[in-house]
Amino acid sequence: MAKRSIVPFGPQHPVLPEPVHLDLVLEDETVVGAIPSIGFIHRGLEKLVEKKDFKQYVYIAERVCGICSCGHGMGYCESVERVMGIEIPRRAEYLRTIWVEMSRVHSHLLWLGLLADAMGFESLFMECWRLREKILDMFDRTTGGRIIFSVNCVGGVLKDMDGAMLRAIRETVDQMEQELEPIMTTFIKDYSVQLRLRGLGILSREQAILQGAVGPMLRGSGVEYDTRMLGYAAYGDLDMEPIVGTDGDAYARCEVRAREIVQSFNLIREAIDKIPQGPISVPVKGNPQGEYFMRIEQPRGEAIYYTKGNGTKFLDRFRLRTPTTSNIPPMVEMLKGCQLGDVPLLILTIDPCISCTER
Amino acid sequence: MEEVKPDVRALAFARQALKNLFMKPATTSYPFEPASYPERMRGHVELVAEDCIGCGLCMRSCPPGAIRVDRQEGIWSINRFDCVQCESCVNACPKKCLKMAAGYTQPETEKAEERFEILKKQEK
Repeated sequence: MAKRSIVPFGPQHPVLPEPVHLDLVLEDETVVGAIPSIGFIHRGLEKLVEKKDFKQYVYIAERVCGICSCGHGMGYCESVERVMGIEIPRRAEYLRTIWVEMSRVHSHLLWLGLLADAMGFESLFMECWRLREKILDMFDRTTGGRIIFSVNCVGGVLKDMDGAMLRAIRETVDQMEQELEPIMTTFIKDYSVQLRLRGLGILSREQAILQGAVGPMLRGSGVEYDTRMLGYAAYGDLDMEPIVGTDGDAYARCEVRAREIVQSFNLIREAIDKIPQGPISVPVKGNPQGEYFMRIEQPRGEAIYYTKGNGTKFLDRFRLRTPTTSNIPPMVEMLKGCQLGDVPLLILTIDPCISCTER
Repeated sequence: MEEVKPDVRALAFARQALKNLFMKPATTSYPFEPASYPERMRGHVELVAEDCIGCGLCMRSCPPGAIRVDRQEGIWSINRFDCVQCESCVNACPKKCLKMAAGYTQPETEKAEERFEILKKQEK
């Protein structure tokens, strides 16, 4: 009979600087169970909603995460706008959509680079991050920040993009699509990448639904679900279909993310073509009274924003459920049966952001 | 049964890796080359002290509370370590005497407030 032992993994571990701790239950080298624990970097950002007024809180909401900051700012603003019954200008919705899709490209390229690094494919890692710099430069040019954009506000957006900026984004996207081609080919077709990823950490369609997986993790298991299909912001006007994998393994999750970059390029181009002229924000009067439950698709998956206002400038409650929170139970499920040496790579395939999770 | 994938390539990245060997570096060799900043960059807050009326709206709008306006002493001060460059003060300023400038502030060994004298015109 195999000897059973428990190996502590993390919070400092070889995957990425995200402090998640797992107690891995092993039988020889095979993982038979994992007990996750988080709570190493709790910052109490939700509680701050009681001390900062609802307009100031946008700047805190977007600091929940460094990678999907634009989405968090947008999700918060949209939930407050719906509580207050504010209809923002169409141009603002399009601008938000363009920035959020650019964030998705940035997030997925970052993740693909980290995956290449975890596989020991250093040159591919460098190539992904070199390409990512181009989109960061576009953020810098259009918003003034590379990571934290501070462009969302309750009632619209704070900065407009002129024709030259939109053209520059389009040219960058076209150029990036060409440069992405060798990266895509490598991730999807390379023999060594397939040898490392195929058949690893399989999460069946049933288990993905049962455990509440979201985002590329869910779509990699063959579930056609993307919150963008709900049509918030400008997505209702844009032509998109969820990118779905079939096998539910690490390769499928990688393939979904790689293909989503191209999908985002197409969405950005379409949004630039369709963006209407007009104002970018509306004046906001009064304070939020009521509650709203907003869902948006972040690069890592579905994020939920619950806002409850009491008629004063301070909200009663703001609750944020990030995609990594939902993806931890499926991660525990898919770790069962894998080898100890594969655990770091499998944790990476959920694209964990523990700072978001703990807020 | 493992599904047969016909389109599997060996050394799919070799061509790009070889190409990268002969490309110039993607990075700028800062500080030997100057860094270029875009026009909208939110590097640090700048105040035109002559135009400031000391209304304190910037202080009230600042999420981390980095700005302090003292009308009695005629002082506008900012703690650069607390400032998160969100541009909230710039948007709140009715006289447009605040702006976000390109370039980051220099590192310091001690936390200190940067003080500006304001309201000189009114005194005269």
